Amino acid sequence: MTVKLMQGNEACVAGALKAGMKFYAGYPITPSTEIAELSAEELPKVGGKFIQMEDEIAGIAATLGGSLAGLKSMTATSGPGFSLKQENIGYGIITETPCVIVNVQRSGPSTGLPTSPAQGDIMQARWGTHGDHSIIVLYPSSVKEIYYTTIRAFNLAEKYRTPVILLLDEIIGHMREKIEIPENDDVEIIDRKKPTCSPSEYKAFKVQDGDVVPEMAAFGEGYRYHVTGLVHDETGFPSGNELVADKLLNRLIDKIENNKEDIVTYEEYMLDDADIAIVSFGSIARSAKSAVDSLRSQGYKVGLFRPITIWPSAEDQLEELGKKMKKIFVVELNAGQYFLEVDRIAGKHTKVNKYGKINGDIITPDEIVAVVKEDQNA
Amino acid sequence: MKRWELRFSGAGGQGLITGGIILAEAAILDGKNALQSQSYGPEARGGASKAEVIISDEEISFPKVGRCDLLLSLTQLSCDKYLETLKPGGILVIDDSVVTPERDDIKIFSIPILSTATTKLGKPMVANIIALGAIHSITSIVSQESLQKAVLSRVPKGTEELNKVALKEGYELVK
Repeated sequence: MTVKLMQGNEACVAGALKAGMKFYAGYPITPSTEIAELSAEELPKVGGKFIQMEDEIAGIAATLGGSLAGLKSMTATSGPGFSLKQENIGYGIITETPCVIVNVQRSGPSTGLPTSPAQGDIMQARWGTHGDHSIIVLYPSSVKEIYYTTIRAFNLAEKYRTPVILLLDEIIGHMREKIEIPENDDVEIIDRKKPTCSPSEYKAFKVQDGDVVPEMAAFGEGYRYHVTGLVHDETGFPSGNELVADKLLNRLIDKIENNKEDIVTYEEYMLDDADIAIVSFGSIARSAKSAVDSLRSQGYKVGLFRPITIWPSAEDQLEELGKKMKKIFVVELNAGQYFLEVDRIAGKHTKVNKYGKINGDIITPDEIVAVVKEDQNA
Repeated sequence: MKRWELRFSGAGGQGLITGGIILAEAAILDGKNALQSQSYGPEARGGASKAEVIISDEEISFPKVGRCDLLLSLTQLSCDKYLETLKPGGILVIDDSVVTPERDDIKIFSIPILSTATTKLGKPMVANIIALGAIHSITSIVSQESLQKAVLSRVPKGTEELNKVALKEGYELVK
């Protein structure tokens, strides 16, 4: 058992290496820079490669290339860097190229408050790239959870052949906290399924019976195929046929939306007998957890619902929450982004309030306690 | 053990963040929970810099230090800036070059941390280690054994003996 003090960004790299990351391409930006620095230091030790590209766009482009060449690949960024990556996130989605994109959120828009925390990219992570698509977005809340969620991000990327976005924020990315990693950590590691047919029979985008995604050959292994951001048929070559487009684009959405049971994870805290729920994630969920403890000690029946998978959302669970709770507060370090999703789902059954902040300050437990009490005593 | 919240303040380059990391690592060696956070940006170079540590037997949810139980200030600027964040009944540890503030609701230890490092040991960079020794003598927040182990695993190779001496000087500054 390794017990040590570890920084959040450091745990992300440790998790990525455990998952089998062999390639990192990116461009450093606060507060994500430690992820690049540590990847540069550690990847050569495991036979991997690190490359600093000329900007964030090139960073994700090379990440996708590394993955097509067969290596588990990652890039990390923040703020304006995440904006720059959006086009190629879409390219990764339509070409079904597994990779992990870490966004250590900071205050925006634009260069905003570069060293201040925010949770302002919740909707950008979902809809930042253009066109209809689905996407997997994960958001851990502690250093230990960053380690395991990064492993999971790689696993889901490989399993569903899709870019996975790992959201962190300045607070959990930079803080150091105790982490325990078992010596023989037999955590599941998933690798993409490779073709078993001969190269001449290989159809790069054909889903075999019983599979969710096509088998993926690595470039350089003799399986030649075409990769394009255009709508393509099973061979990978472009097609303008509406049936082909319908089949491909719906398959890309369905492979995620139809597997929510496998993808969606969350934590419930003190919800069993609660009639008030707080929905919160990432660093701010830690404030919310303290607030729940404090409100409980004052007699309020409050609990916390913490989505770890942000997208796709925990639709069934949020619907149940709406039916059970008299009130739901969505507490997030933005002007009310996830509130829109929670209100869409739970708002049919109960009143959903939002509480947020966009001035670069953290939300404290005392603030949340005051918000709930003011509402309840009104 | 209650939840201890400590704020180390001074000037950028005084090793306060390293000091915070060492204290948190010592607490973990003692089997406790510990969390360390720091400020970034303009504050991290020159001006008033700070590192924050939370130590507890229980789970640490909220990761930030608000009103602290112990404030270390190595410079006048940082003491002026952060004094109001020290809880009533809290402990203030200041370098003796800092003017002792007028607050009668706290315990104040004014000790020669910087001059011990610079004049007695001839190494200004060990001020943070001397401060950790003094804080240990005042609070016993971590065990002496864990503190020394944590110091020795963080400092550069070849400076182990110097840092052991610095720690001892710190222990003896407060008796």
